[in-house]
Amino acid sequence: MQTTINPYLRLSGLEPLTVTPETNFINIGERTNITGSRAFARMILNGDYDAALTVARQQVENGAQVIDINMDEGMLDGVAAMTKFLHLIASEPDISKVPVMIDSSKWEIIEAGLKCVQGKGIVNSISLKDGEAKFIERAKKIKLYGAATVVMAFDENGQADNFQKRIDICKRSYDILTKVVKFPPQDIIFDPNILTVATGLEEHNNYAVDFIHATKWIKDNLPYAKVSGGVSNISFSFRGNDKVREAMHSAFLYHAIKAGMDMGIVNAGMIEVYDEIDKDLLVMVEDVLLNRNQEATEKLVAAAEKIKGGGKEIEKDEAWRNDTVEKRLSHALVKGIIEYVEADTEEARQKYPKPLDVIEGPLMAGMNIVGDLFGSGKMFLPQVVKSARVMKKAVAVLTPFIDAAKEASGDKTAQGKILMATVKGDVHDIGKNIVGVVLACNNYEIIDMGVMVPCDKILAKAREINADIIGLSGLITPSLDEMVHVAKEMEREGFKIPLLIGGATTSRIHAAVKVDPHYSGPVVHVLDASRSVPVAGSLLGPDTKDNYFTQTKAEYAKMREDHANRQQDKNYISISEARNNKFMIDWNSYNTVKPNKLGITVYEDFDLNLLRERIDWTPFFSTWELRGKYPKIFDDEYVGVEAKKLFEDANRLLDDIIKNKLLKAKGVAGLFEANADGDDIILKDGPTFHFLRQQGQKGGGVPNISLADFVAPASSNKTDYIGGFAVTAGIGTDALVHKYDADHDDYNSIMVKALADRLAEAFAEKMHEIVRTDLWGYAADENLTNEEIIHEGYDGIRPAPGYPACPDHTEKRILFDLLQAEKNTGIELTDSFAMFPASSVSGFYFGNPDSKYFGLGKVYKDQMEDYAKRKNMDLPVIEKWLGPNLGYDI
Amino acid sequence: MEILKEILAKRIMILDGAMGTMIQRYKLTEEQYRGERFKDFPHSLKGNNDLLVLTQPQIIQEIHEEYLACGVDILETNTFNGTYISMADYHMEDLVYELNVAGAKAARAAADKYTALTPEKPRFVAGSIGPTNKTATLSPDVNDPGFRAITFDELVTAYTEQIRGLIDGGSDLLLVETVFDTLNCKAALFACNQYFEVIGKHYPIMVSGTITDASGRTLSGQTTEAFYNSISHANLFSVGLNCALGAKEMRPYIEELSRIATCYISCHPNAGLPNEFGEYDESPAHMAALIKDFGESGFLNIVGGCCGTTPAHIKAIADVVANMAPRQVPEFVY
Repeated sequence: MQTTINPYLRLSGLEPLTVTPETNFINIGERTNITGSRAFARMILNGDYDAALTVARQQVENGAQVIDINMDEGMLDGVAAMTKFLHLIASEPDISKVPVMIDSSKWEIIEAGLKCVQGKGIVNSISLKDGEAKFIERAKKIKLYGAATVVMAFDENGQADNFQKRIDICKRSYDILTKVVKFPPQDIIFDPNILTVATGLEEHNNYAVDFIHATKWIKDNLPYAKVSGGVSNISFSFRGNDKVREAMHSAFLYHAIKAGMDMGIVNAGMIEVYDEIDKDLLVMVEDVLLNRNQEATEKLVAAAEKIKGGGKEIEKDEAWRNDTVEKRLSHALVKGIIEYVEADTEEARQKYPKPLDVIEGPLMAGMNIVGDLFGSGKMFLPQVVKSARVMKKAVAVLTPFIDAAKEASGDKTAQGKILMATVKGDVHDIGKNIVGVVLACNNYEIIDMGVMVPCDKILAKAREINADIIGLSGLITPSLDEMVHVAKEMEREGFKIPLLIGGATTSRIHAAVKVDPHYSGPVVHVLDASRSVPVAGSLLGPDTKDNYFTQTKAEYAKMREDHANRQQDKNYISISEARNNKFMIDWNSYNTVKPNKLGITVYEDFDLNLLRERIDWTPFFSTWELRGKYPKIFDDEYVGVEAKKLFEDANRLLDDIIKNKLLKAKGVAGLFEANADGDDIILKDGPTFHFLRQQGQKGGGVPNISLADFVAPASSNKTDYIGGFAVTAGIGTDALVHKYDADHDDYNSIMVKALADRLAEAFAEKMHEIVRTDLWGYAADENLTNEEIIHEGYDGIRPAPGYPACPDHTEKRILFDLLQAEKNTGIELTDSFAMFPASSVSGFYFGNPDSKYFGLGKVYKDQMEDYAKRKNMDLPVIEKWLGPNLGYDI
Repeated sequence: MEILKEILAKRIMILDGAMGTMIQRYKLTEEQYRGERFKDFPHSLKGNNDLLVLTQPQIIQEIHEEYLACGVDILETNTFNGTYISMADYHMEDLVYELNVAGAKAARAAADKYTALTPEKPRFVAGSIGPTNKTATLSPDVNDPGFRAITFDELVTAYTEQIRGLIDGGSDLLLVETVFDTLNCKAALFACNQYFEVIGKHYPIMVSGTITDASGRTLSGQTTEAFYNSISHANLFSVGLNCALGAKEMRPYIEELSRIATCYISCHPNAGLPNEFGEYDESPAHMAALIKDFGESGFLNIVGGCCGTTPAHIKAIADVVANMAPRQVPEFVY
C-alpha cells in the first residue's frame, strides 16, 4: 500500500497533463496569441472565430500539450474575446483535451478566463511588478480558482535582466507564495525572461546564458518550482529568417532543457530537431547563444543573409494522383475515393501479368491497411464500408478478364468461407450485411443467403460449399429460438464448424445459456462488426483455433453456472399474489376520454417530409457503430468527423428519396371501445388482447404491472378505449437495394435500409402524435418539440407486441386482423410474426396518463398455464414463443 | 474533523443510499407535496423532493432514520436541488436558504437521535450539493457553441446561498456530488472556500464526480485523472464517484482515483446499470460482493449507494466492509 506521493504539477484539459520528473519538455502552443501572431490577431479582430479555432486545433495536432491564449489588443474587448474563445474551444474536444494557458497582462482578462475552464490551466502571469500586496491578492485568487501560475522575474524596479536579479526576484516570489499565500510550490512556474540576443548591443550577449544559469539555480534551490519561457523571443533579431530562427530555438532549448527548463511557449509545428541542424550553422548559433566569442553575432548575421530559407514546412499531401498505380489504389481504398478506381484498376490490369494479380497484390494490400486501421480503432465503420465499395468496383472491373482467362477455376485464396443468413421468420439484415462487408474486407469469402432462411437450407448450403463458419443473425426474440434450433440440427447432423451468433436481441449470455449447450462445436456470440474479424481469425487460425475453442467453451460454461446461481437469488410471487398487487388507477376519479374518431383510419401515402422532421438520429449512428447522441456526436473527438460525413450522405440520399418518391409510407391506426377483464382487454364487438403480468417480488408498494391495468375494468362502469397501429416506410426499399447491390454499392444499400428504419420509427412517432392530438384527441393542445417527443414527454404509451411490456409476438396476429393491416398497409407477417418490409412498426395505444412502459421480466408456470388457457393455445406452444421470458426450465 | 479522521483511520465509513427512490415509495400526491403551507401555491409542486423537508419533514426524517438503522455513519441532506437555479423549475427560488437549513436540520435531528443511542458511534451530516440543472462548460444550443445558460459567477452566488443554509442548519461536512460538469464543481468549491474565509471556519469538503459511461469520462468530457487534477487545489476532504454506473463499471475509475488522490476516497455507485427497462435491479448481496472487492483492494474510505439503492443495500454493504482496513491516504512528501 502506497502511503506517500510526490507533489506533481497536475494540469488538465479534458485529459490530464501530470508533470512528473520523467515528463519530457512540454510544448506550449504560441500561435493563439494576438500579440505574437498577426494572422491570429486579424482573425479575432474580424470576428472570424472559426479560423481562430483552426489555428488552435493545428497547434494541438502539431504537438502542443498546452495552448497559450492571449487577447491583449487595444482595439478589442479582451474580457469578451477571451470568454468567447474559451467557450468555443470547450466545444472542440480535439482542442480542449489539452490545458489552457490564460495569458494576459490585464488581471480582469485572466480572471474572466479562469471562470471559463473546467480543467486546471496555467495563469500567465503574475509578478511583483505592482508590489507585494497585489501579488499576494492575485495569487490567492488563482489558488481559489484552481490554476497553476507563471511568475515573471519582474519586480517593482522592472524586469530582471541579469543572473543575480533573476534569482533574487524568483526567490523572493517563491517565499511569499509558499509562506504567505500557501501556494503549492509545484504549481509555481517561473519565467526568468528569455530576452533577445544578437541585437548588436553587447549587454545583450549574455541573455541566453543568464537564463540558462538562472534555470539551473531555480531548479536546484526552489523545490518543485518549474521553469518556462517564451522561446521565440531569443531569435527576434532574425525575424523573417525561419531557418536561422528554428536552429536558434532548437539549440537554445537543447541547453535550457539540460539545465532544467520544464516547458516553453513555442510554435509546436516548427521546431527543428537538434541533431538535424546543419553543423556549420549549429556552431554559429551556439556561439551566439552561449556567448562564446565576440564575433559570434556578426558571423551569424552574415551567414543568415546567405541561408534565407523557408524553414521547416508543414507538408500538405494533395499530390497522390502522381503516385504509382499501386499507391493510388491503396490511397483510394483507405480514403474510400471512388472516382478514379476504375481507370486505376484498368491501368494496373495492363501492368500486371494476370488480372488476379491485381487483386492479390495492390488491392489486397490496400484492404489489409484498411483492416488494420479498423482493427486498431483508427477507422470507423462508414469509412470501411466506403472502402469496400471501392474494392468491389475494382473487382467488378477485373472479373470479366478473370473469367475470360478461366483463372477463377477454383483457386481459393480467401482465408475462409463464411456462410451467413438471417434465420427463418426474421427479415432484419442491416447488421448482418455490415458484418459481411467487414469480413469480406478482411479477405473472407462471404456467402450470404439473405433473410428468412430455413434451417435445412442453411445446412444444405453449408455442406454444398464446404463452409468454414456459419453465421446466424436475427433481430426479433423468436429468432433466438430459431438459432437454438439451428444449433441442435447442426449437432444432430454432425457438423463441427463454428457457429457465430449475432443480432440485436442476441447476447453473450443467451449464446452461453441457450445455444452453446446444444452444439459441441464452437459457438461464439459476436457483438458487432468490428468484433467479427478477430473472432473469425481466432476460430480459423491453425495456431489459435484449438485454444480459442477450449477457452470459449469454458467461458460459456462458467457464464451458465453463474447464471444458474443468480437465478436462484431472484424471488417471484404467484400470479394471484401478483394480481392482488396490480397497478392501481382510481377509476372513480378518472374520466375516460372518448376518441373523436372510433374505428380504423388509413394513411395511404404519408408525406415523407413530415416524417423526416421526426427522425431520431441517435439509433441511426448506432447502426453504423458510431456511438454517441445526436447532435452531440458531431463533436465527438473520435467519431465526430465521420458522423458528420455519414449524416450528410444520409441526408443527400433522403433528399433523393423524397424528391423522387423512391420510398412510400403507409399506415393504419384504429381506436376501439374496450374494458379490462383481469389481464385481458376485451374489445366491444371485437377480439380480446391477452397480456402478461410481472411476477418478480416487489417491495415497498411497487406494483406488479400488466398493460391491462391501464384500461378501465368493466366493474368500474366506465367505458374505456384502446388503440392499435401498424406503419411502414419500407415500401420501395427492395427496388432501391437491388439497384445499389447491382452497382456493388454496399454503402448506399445499407444506408437505404437504415433510413427506411428511421422513417418507420418516425412514422410511429408521428402517428402517435396524430392519435393523441386528433383521432383520440385526449391531448389536443399538446405542443412538443421533436426532442421532447423522443424522450416521451407526453401522456400515453404505444407498446409493441414482442417488446418488453408485452413480449408475446403472437398477439400481433390479432392486432393485424383487427386493423386489417395486411390489406391497409401491405405489411406481411412472417411465421415468426416479424413484419415485412422490415422497416415497419406496430403496437397498441394506451391513453391513460398513468400508463407507462415497463419490462415484464420473468414469468412462471402458474401464469403460463393460465395464459395458455386464456389464449386457447397448448402450453408447450406458447412456452416456446415466450421462451426468453420464462423463469423456469421447460 | 479530527473525530472523522480518527474514525477513518480505523475503518471504512458508511454513507447513506438513494433518497429519491425511497420518497417514491410514499407515492405522494400533489396535495402532500404542497402541505398546508403551499396549498395555494400557483404552480405544480409534485416531484419537488427538496420541498418535503418543509411540507413532510416526518417522511424525510423517517427515511434518514431507516438508513441510520442500517449502520450509516454519514447522512446526506435532502437538498440535492437546493439552489435558486434548480428551484426555478418550481418557482421557489426565494425558499432556497430555508430549504437548506431545514434539510440540514432534518438530517441533524435524525443523526443526533442515533448518536444518543450509541454514543460510541457518532453520526454525521453531509450537506448535499447537486450539480444544478445547467452546465457551465457546454452550450445547450448546438448551433451556438459559444452560448452558456449559466455563468461561473451565477453558480458561485447560487452555491454560496446553499452552503450558508447547509452550515446554518448544522451540517458537519459538505458534499459536492454527481459532478457532471467540472466547471460547475469548481464554482461550488470556489463558493465553499470563499465562504469559509468569510466565516473564519473550515468544513470538510467531499467531492463526488460522475463518470457517465464506459468511455470513462464525465459528461463534460474529462477523464478521471483530468477531473481530479481540476479540483485537487480545493483542499478536499475526500474525492470519489457516484451515480451513472454500478459498482462493477465504476471499479477502474475508483482504482485510478485511489492511486492518485491525496485525500480520502468515497464511492456511492448505483445498484447496477439500469436494465433494459430502465430499472436498477442489482441485489443487495450482489452489490455488497462488488464493494467487498473494492475494500479488499484498498480503494475505500467512505462508501454508500446512489440510484436504486435501498436500506437493504446499505446494510449489506456496511456488513461486508465492517471489519475491513480502510485505504491508507497517501501524503505529500516534499
